Amino acid sequence: MTSMRTLELALATPSVDASGRAVRAPLRAGPTPTMNDGGDFGAEHMLVNIGPQHPATHGVLRLVVELEGETVKRVIPHIGYLHSGFEKLGEYRHYNQIIPLTDRTDYLSPMANNVGLALAAEKLMGISITERCSVLRVIACELSRVISHLVWLGTTGIDLGAFTPFLWSFYERERVYNLQESWTGARLTTSLTRIGGMMADVPEGFEEGLRDFCRTFPNTLREVDTMFTRNAIWIGRTQGVGYLSADEAINYSLSGPMLRASGVAYDVRKDRPYLGYETYDFDVPIGEHGDIYDRYRVRLEEMFQSVRILDQALDRLQKLKGAPVNVADPRVILPPKSRAMGDMEAMIFHFKQVMEGVNAPVGEAYLGIENPKGELGYYFVSDGTAKPVRWRIRPPSFINLAALPKMCEGVLLSDVIAINASVDIVMGEIDR
Amino acid sequence: MSPELKGFILLSILKMLVVFTVVLVGVALLTLMERKVSAWMQNRRGPNRVGWAGLLQPAADGLKNIVKEETFPAVANTGLFLLAPAMAFIPALLLSGVIPWAAPLPISVDDFGEAIHAGLTSLYLEPTGRFISWLFHLVFGPVSFHGVLSGAVADLPVGFLFILAVSSLGVYGIALAGWSSNSKYALLGGLRSSAQMVSYEVAMGVSLIPVLLLSGNVSFSEIINRQQAGTWYIFPLFLSFFLYFVSGFAETNRLPFDLPEAESELIAGYHTEYSAMKFSMFFIAEYSNVVTVSAVASALFFGGWDVPFISVDPAHPGLLGTVNLGLLFTLLSALVMFVKTMTFIFVVMWIRWTLPRFRYDQLMALGWKVMLPMALGYVMIISTAIYVIEHGLGIESARTQSWILFGLNLILAYGVFGLLDRGRIVSGSNSRTRVPGPGPVAGARRVA
Repeated sequence: MTSMRTLELALATPSVDASGRAVRAPLRAGPTPTMNDGGDFGAEHMLVNIGPQHPATHGVLRLVVELEGETVKRVIPHIGYLHSGFEKLGEYRHYNQIIPLTDRTDYLSPMANNVGLALAAEKLMGISITERCSVLRVIACELSRVISHLVWLGTTGIDLGAFTPFLWSFYERERVYNLQESWTGARLTTSLTRIGGMMADVPEGFEEGLRDFCRTFPNTLREVDTMFTRNAIWIGRTQGVGYLSADEAINYSLSGPMLRASGVAYDVRKDRPYLGYETYDFDVPIGEHGDIYDRYRVRLEEMFQSVRILDQALDRLQKLKGAPVNVADPRVILPPKSRAMGDMEAMIFHFKQVMEGVNAPVGEAYLGIENPKGELGYYFVSDGTAKPVRWRIRPPSFINLAALPKMCEGVLLSDVIAINASVDIVMGEIDR
Repeated sequence: MSPELKGFILLSILKMLVVFTVVLVGVALLTLMERKVSAWMQNRRGPNRVGWAGLLQPAADGLKNIVKEETFPAVANTGLFLLAPAMAFIPALLLSGVIPWAAPLPISVDDFGEAIHAGLTSLYLEPTGRFISWLFHLVFGPVSFHGVLSGAVADLPVGFLFILAVSSLGVYGIALAGWSSNSKYALLGGLRSSAQMVSYEVAMGVSLIPVLLLSGNVSFSEIINRQQAGTWYIFPLFLSFFLYFVSGFAETNRLPFDLPEAESELIAGYHTEYSAMKFSMFFIAEYSNVVTVSAVASALFFGGWDVPFISVDPAHPGLLGTVNLGLLFTLLSALVMFVKTMTFIFVVMWIRWTLPRFRYDQLMALGWKVMLPMALGYVMIISTAIYVIEHGLGIESARTQSWILFGLNLILAYGVFGLLDRGRIVSGSNSRTRVPGPGPVAGARRVA
């Protein structure tokens, strides 16, 4: 019988064996000396499957939990139930055609993913976008942050037993979705950006709607704050649970609120600014204890900060009224349909872009943006054609999830749910 | 069988029918109320498709549950699996039999057949009355009743102890459901539930001892009479009420103590594997336990059917005077009891949709380390106080005693709610470690 130590190693690190075949983590935990297969009720340890069909796994995550009583001995996350092969699909698509794929990875913040992909492709192609376009993209990113954190807030509340703030936050999220729909025509699969610009400028009434949202939305946040922040039960369930020190958080390569809650002030918007974030006035909230409570506080504060950024972006949008959104490069940006139907040159550009796509120079590019869940990176390798040779996503929730077994050592079963909620995962992005 | 005994039996059966119908229909309507209350708290409308304002929703749900397929887990212990819902359901309904729902009704009727005849005649239904009276005589013969009809189905001399005893039977249903399902989620739910209900049973029992000390009786009707003569026990025994109500939440498995079900952790806890009407029976049991806890709280601490400021006892007149027992007063008192019970039910729902859930160890710590010692200490303080008041100070009037105890309670309540910091009762499982600060970083701001 394999010893526990080697078994754990085998489970933790899928590797290649002597004959060159991949050794994969088995779907159930291997036999351990303390477990019998005949009915683990009588044994000291009990294996419980949480997921893939479970109210609290936020999708199709499957956690195999080894319990001793209610104390967790081990947690093994099994992923892949939602694998869609996005990265491979991207290799057969023009850069602009990849954008709809990004809608479907982190489907809780589609607009920010669109922005990230467009930025990475533009970096690869050496395109610099217009000022109005970057303001619009900032709005898209921050709206995404708000809706993603709202979903997180609501579902975490449910996981800890508080149902009501879920509907409050979903009410606010609906308002953002309405704005999103008026802008892009879609509530979920936005496909907002294009290489070198945007799918569309904001429609009539969008700015007023967003201003109204920015004015009233903090009230709801304050209500949630009242419900949770000083609630004794909430504090009892979250403080000191799922603790990660700053060193551990960095070693696990965490990013986003997970990292900042552990006290590491790393925010891509501040440290490697894109879209002119350095010119916006906002704070990066960081935690002190690295537990669930701090992650909650960090995310709550981030929403307030997003509203601050949105307010500033709206002012800039006002000043840039009528300025062009897309770059003036007909090789990158589709001509308007009306011109394409009547103008010979426009028709040729339209034809070439639709049939051939936008060629990228030979080379590679990586660009990370601060997505709601952490640093979302897109990596392209180009051979000079209009399709990438390799497209790779750095999904923040995939990497953040890796710290779950570490955080769950020795906690109670209820805490596993709370810790899992605090990671803020979305399976579309993890399984890709 | 004497006509008098026959009258007693017939009236008791009538009371049973009324109480059980009202409780069962009420429980069904409570599911609607729960959904309406939650909708109201969550800026929604709640069910409003079936019937006016969704009033027929419970009927639709019930029908759905009856016609749904019954499923059995493959390796479940079928006998116990079938027995468990009944074991949760029956004690829950039994409890409603000993609670006094209305003021006692003095009845003096020589012949019920004749009384029906006379009553219907006064309603201008003379032929019908004569027929029913004839039928009544044919079936039952002469039936008479002279005496005071209690407002409870069975006014047990040990009513209060009966509640404690039978309510603890419900845990068998839950534990068996969890075990016999042969599901890990259900098993964990059942185990949690047994531990939780047993722990809070103790705190609940101890928290009610001061009521017995003050009333000197365990019969509900006596306890209510004493409250009429003095004050409602909420004033002299405020902390007792608080402890009882909190334990009541735990006893009924309602949030923040709904760990046996803990949807996000254990799917549905002990009833994960149950479907159709068997699941419904657990549901009905839970709601009727809520009704019982609320009704007992109003009976023990808010005077039960006692109408405020009106007394039926000439020796202790209320502020608005005294009334005689009678049908009108019985109906009024039933209404008052209904309002009191519904208020508590609303509070239970209100809390459910407000608070998050405890963790298992916190729940146990709260039960054994906070609630039980507090209840025990309170018993000691109250018993000493009662002794001192009665024998040391020689105060006989129940009202004066109550107000002195109320003053004592104010001080104790300040101690419990003011000095016992909330954060100390429920603290995080681990001590929080401060991570070394990152030093001043541009734009970074500590929030936690």
